[in-house]
This record gives sequence, C-alpha cells and structure tokens, in this order.
Amino acid sequence: MRIPCPLCGERDAREFTPRGHATLLDRPDVDAQPQAWHNYLHLRDNPAGETRELWHHTAGCTAWLVVQRNTITHAITGASLAREAGHAR
Amino acid sequence: MAELIATHPFDGILPIRHGNCAAAPFQPDAITSVAPYPGQEAAVSAALKDRIGAPFPAPGRSTTGADGSLAAWSGLDQCFVFGPALDAIDGAAVTDQSDAWAGIEIVGEDAREVLARLSPLDLRPGVFEPGHTARSLIGHMPALIMRTGDAVYLLLVFRSMAATAAHEIETAMKGVAARASLAT
Repeated sequence: MRIPCPLCGERDAREFTPRGHATLLDRPDVDAQPQAWHNYLHLRDNPAGETRELWHHTAGCTAWLVVQRNTITHAITGASLAREAGHAR
Repeated sequence: MAELIATHPFDGILPIRHGNCAAAPFQPDAITSVAPYPGQEAAVSAALKDRIGAPFPAPGRSTTGADGSLAAWSGLDQCFVFGPALDAIDGAAVTDQSDAWAGIEIVGEDAREVLARLSPLDLRPGVFEPGHTARSLIGHMPALIMRTGDAVYLLLVFRSMAATAAHEIETAMKGVAARASLAT
C-alpha cells in the first residue's frame, strides 16, 4: 500500500501511522453537551466504500494527512495536509 | 576543571569499504535546524539567503550556499543547515542539532543498490535526483536521506543509532559486493 503524501510524494505504508476517521478533526467546543463529546469520542460510521482517515507520516515529514481510502478495495485515492483541511472549515 | 574529550559517533566504526562502495563519516562544522513560524516562511527564507546565500529549500529539495553550506529540507516546515553554526533568525525556531545526529556519506557505483536494500524510497536515478532530500527509513531507523551527487548519498540518523546504522550499511554493502562478484 502506498500513500501519496502532498509533501513527500508516494511513499510506502510502513512510514505512516493510522489514527482513525477524519471526524477527529471536528472537535466539539469545550462547553458542548456531553452527547456531542460522546459522538466525537466513541461513535463512528462503518462505511463499505469511501472513507476519510487521519494518517501521520511518522517516518517522513511528520505531517498529519487526511487520506481518502476505499474500505472495500483498499484503494487510496488521495491525501491532503490535515492542517489545510482544518483551515478550510 | 575537567577537560572533556569530544568523540565522534563513528570513531572506530567508519570508514569502511566493500566492493565499489565506501562509507565515511560526514562531519559538518554544525547542524542547525531552521523551522519558520506560521506566516514567516518568506521572511525566514530571505534571512537565510542573506546569511548563507541559499534560500529555504522546497519540500524534498536542498539548496547550496555561497560558503558551501547545504540547506536540506528535513520535514514539515523545517530544514537542516550543514555548515558554520547559525545565529538566531527572527520568525523561526533555530536550534543547534550538531550532536544529535550522525552523518554517513556513501560513495560508489553501487551506492544506490546499497541504499535500496535498507530504505523504502523510490531511488531510481530519474526520481531521486542529485539535490533531492527525503525523510524516510533506514531499516527501522528514522533518517534524513540526501543525494548530493550522481553516486553520492548522505544519510543522517539519530546519534544513538549510529553504530546500528553503520552495521546495517556494512551488511548491505557486503551483500551487494557478494552479488556483484557472482555476476562476473
């Protein structure tokens, strides 16, 4: 499996560490209701198909990436810097 | 007051030579990391150009200064400058890294084959060209890998891993040399 890091180019999966669904970027406000925090921490969809995940380029540039991955085919169709995804919101 | 004696991480370990490859310690005067703060990238690049004659390198690239300093991209928003020690630069975190990293230069016709046994990088000559740099792995060790010439590669690993890195490289060099001797 290879992941196209926007900074380093296409790299082997052994350089990366997966973190979980990109939902983790949508952190609720500090004073949000407990249900919002419960959703953020524990509830995830389990899609058969396209999903967005956070991967850390640990052995590379150390950037956090949002990786587009298909859970059926394992095809990786794109990756962007998580900080840019964060700023875009 | 005690006189402290500086020792190099590869004392008694390098240089080595097997087949047509040689590995030797790389010992710049200083290694300085330059990490611009958000929004300061252009100003820091200009300051660096002022200081060493080379701008801040683009991702995966290096720049060479007038005084022979080498500025190599070393990760997200960061480069390492090899050469004379750098003073503080406004708008950037500038840190002396000289004693934290151990550098090895691998030179020889089969240097690429040696590296290919240890790293997952795409090292084909047209992909990883002279002047390119990459953060990647040497075996299981995080490393900064640079191609500084046609058959010259520069590796930097954490100093604590220097002996392991030299051992891994020697094993790969022996393997490549043994295979070459069979082919003739």
